[in-house]
Amino acid sequence: MSAELTVLLTAIFAASACALVGTFLVVRRMAMMADAISHAILPGLVFAYFLANGPNLVAGVFGASLAGLATVALVEALQRTGRVKSDAAIGIVFPAMFALGTFAVSKWFSNVHLDADAILFGEIAFAPFDRLIIAGRDIGSQPLIVLAVLSLLNLVLVLLFYKEVKLATFDAGLAASLGFSPVLIHYGLMSAVSVTTVGAFAAVGAILVVALMIVPAATAYLLTDRLDLMIVYSVVCGVVSAIAGYYLAIELDVSISGMMAVTMGGLFAVAALFSPSYGIVARARRRAVQRERFSVDLLLLHLGHHPTGDESVAHLAAELDWPRARLQRAIRQAGAAGSVAIVGERVRLTPDGQDAVHAIAQRLSPS
Amino acid sequence: MLPGILRDVIFDYTLRNVALGSALLGIVGGVLGTFAVLRRQGLLGDALAHAALPGICLAYMLANSKAPLVLMIGAAISGWIGTLLILRIVEDTRLSEDTALGVILTVFFGLGIVLLTYIQHSNDANQAGLDKYLFGQAATLVQEHVITMAAVGSIALALVAVFFKEFKLLSFDPEFAASIGFPVRGLNVLLTSSIVIAVVIGLQTVGVVLMAAMLIGPAAAARQWTNRLGVMLALSGFFGAASGVVGAMISVTGSRLPTGPLVVLCVTAIVIVSILFAPERGVVWDSLRRRSNRRAILEQGQQP
Amino acid sequence: MTVAGTAATAPVAIRDLTVAYREQPVLWDVDLTLPEGKLIAIVGPNGAGKSTLIKAIMHLVPRTSGTISIFGKPYEQQRRLVGYVPQRGSVDWDFPTNALDVVQMGMYGKLGWVRRPGKRERETALACLEQVGMTAFANRQISQLSGGQQQRVFLARALAQDAQIYLLDEPFAGVDATTERAIIEVLRDLRSRGKTLIAVHHDLESLREYFDWLVVMNVRIIAAGPLETTLNAENLHAAYGGKILTLGAIGQPQLVGAE
Repeated sequence: MSAELTVLLTAIFAASACALVGTFLVVRRMAMMADAISHAILPGLVFAYFLANGPNLVAGVFGASLAGLATVALVEALQRTGRVKSDAAIGIVFPAMFALGTFAVSKWFSNVHLDADAILFGEIAFAPFDRLIIAGRDIGSQPLIVLAVLSLLNLVLVLLFYKEVKLATFDAGLAASLGFSPVLIHYGLMSAVSVTTVGAFAAVGAILVVALMIVPAATAYLLTDRLDLMIVYSVVCGVVSAIAGYYLAIELDVSISGMMAVTMGGLFAVAALFSPSYGIVARARRRAVQRERFSVDLLLLHLGHHPTGDESVAHLAAELDWPRARLQRAIRQAGAAGSVAIVGERVRLTPDGQDAVHAIAQRLSPS
Repeated sequence: MLPGILRDVIFDYTLRNVALGSALLGIVGGVLGTFAVLRRQGLLGDALAHAALPGICLAYMLANSKAPLVLMIGAAISGWIGTLLILRIVEDTRLSEDTALGVILTVFFGLGIVLLTYIQHSNDANQAGLDKYLFGQAATLVQEHVITMAAVGSIALALVAVFFKEFKLLSFDPEFAASIGFPVRGLNVLLTSSIVIAVVIGLQTVGVVLMAAMLIGPAAAARQWTNRLGVMLALSGFFGAASGVVGAMISVTGSRLPTGPLVVLCVTAIVIVSILFAPERGVVWDSLRRRSNRRAILEQGQQP
Repeated sequence: MTVAGTAATAPVAIRDLTVAYREQPVLWDVDLTLPEGKLIAIVGPNGAGKSTLIKAIMHLVPRTSGTISIFGKPYEQQRRLVGYVPQRGSVDWDFPTNALDVVQMGMYGKLGWVRRPGKRERETALACLEQVGMTAFANRQISQLSGGQQQRVFLARALAQDAQIYLLDEPFAGVDATTERAIIEVLRDLRSRGKTLIAVHHDLESLREYFDWLVVMNVRIIAAGPLETTLNAENLHAAYGGKILTLGAIGQPQLVGAE
């Protein structure tokens, strides 16, 4: 396998492994917890490598997962004391863990193959040279194999526990009463996040792991309401960003993992602006239409209050406290619908308008 | 004269700059961090710090200068843009604040890394040092930095001094503040800008990755020792300055260890002691009280 | 033009007020003129827009249409005449401050920019705390106060505003009997001095005892007027809908069954 293909495939598997767990983080509103975990696994990784006398894969996974779970437990314990709020608890624990990790790396374990840059944005370009050797045989690129296995593992987990996690996310009480412990699922998910972070860490670094988890999932969340589709979109978005990011990075001679995050950011921006269902543009347009309709309703109802059913335009503007343009638009639309007639400077309800007023009042009367 | 005394105490040019610089960042971070923590915006500070990275790189690329003021302005602008985007995402989409923070933090940081590698690969001899903004390196502080930090930092502190009562009410009860006619939106902008300043000042010494700890840690620790906002601000500033100076001194004198992690470890030590042992609010006293209560109940049960 | 005549002098006059959240009406076409010197209750089911009405009077929520006047002028010019007691749950009581300090916040509006509260403000604040029976707790950290005590501190802060109109958002929610008595005494005292008191209220049973004017609403105003004429089964039924209400033997409304 060529070096380029190895790097590209590593990027793709990193993105898909992360996107699979990221979806659940976003719907459970735990993005910043994932950020905290990604930072906090560092000391676990360092001490595990130290004990294993080198960057041993299995030891690393164990150490980092323990550190990840310890972080979640610590944050929760700190919140329970009632002395700090939840955001402060996260903001106290993860910098402390990360600082401990970087301090340990630079002070004592400079031999464990981790330097500050690698921690932050990884060394995905080195993926082809980091070989997995089992029983003296070179199996292939270690990051690639690890991330491929992780993608498969996360996929299996999602398929197996989809229903349980979904239930625990949207109705923790019901899940508990049906015998799926939300606590167990919570810590299970956090374990998956920790293990995935460890796997992707070497390739893309601590902070960009979080990008891979959160950004595609957030993008997908803007596109669909269905959890299953969201997972699919999230993975697709992650993989597309990985491929595009890779080629852009090669072209511009910049960090591959950084470029992957930027590409994801671009896709996110497009979805945030232009998603047909939840995009800012579509939303603003829908609201403008609603607003117009609403203005007409208000105008009719206001006219309905007057015993004569008519009113001068100037008076209307003052009483409704609307800018002229808005009032004119509402009058025009009401006129087009046949609800009002304009007689000189006065606006008058038509018989159709009277009916409309009744309908509006009916619609808005409390059920 | 004061400079004379200072020169006697701190004999070395580098050490003096390092001590002054890290004390400054600690004070400003601690004071503004207090408001960030009380308004539950601690993690916004984290996102803001990460979002500052591309601004630093762009400022360097555009101005071709590493003058501290240039980089600080770049950092402040992109930090502000990041903050605004987070607020807009929360306001205009269905995503939660938590997700908005995560998205902006990581994407801006990714952009920062892209720009950083772009600068590095364009074979620019002058570029060395920008990567120090990741973890911070106090040893790179020179007098020019310290003067800039002092000037910019005093703006933030002056704002707090002048608008103390307004910021207090804004943090405690923004709705009441609006009802009595405070321009809440303007005050929010002012306070957030001051927090941006606090972050930007600290970036060179502590780095973008760990800067959040300088906002959150000292404030959380200070809250343990007092029930007065004024005292909390002072204490938080003191805790920040103390950890800044101690961490930076170890970093500069002991080894070439990056400063950020050392400073954060000092902050963390203060936080742990405060949460466990502060009078009244210390967690240890709580559990001791509970235990003695339990014992008292047990003893009463045994001797009816 | 009698309506316009009273509206020009009424403490609160609302015309054509609609407030919408995401184009969904929370308050719909509200016309309301409130009398001076009365203890006025606003009642209605959850989600009826009672708090929104109070906030709209102070321009704390954006209006879709309509005008509000305070003694005939816009709120911006009359701010000093309005005191506000927000819901207790709207703030973080772990904030580092004490009861006296919170009460002094009531005078921040009059103090203006930059100036700090001094000796005079401190004495006024202490006097306000005394009125609500909280003198002993002046220096107590606010998280160490009971819910009722916190509510009284909020009331004292409004007293420190020295207003003509007081808007209270559920002042009796979740308070102890002592506090409830203390609050109603303060409110009656204010009324006797000609102040207008407008409170969002939940407990239909204490309406008759505490208030003398009533606004029944559910998004729209269903009825508004003196308690004797407004508190009847028809109005309450119109507001509470499916929840069946009857007037007991002594004319006390009772929630019989909730659907």
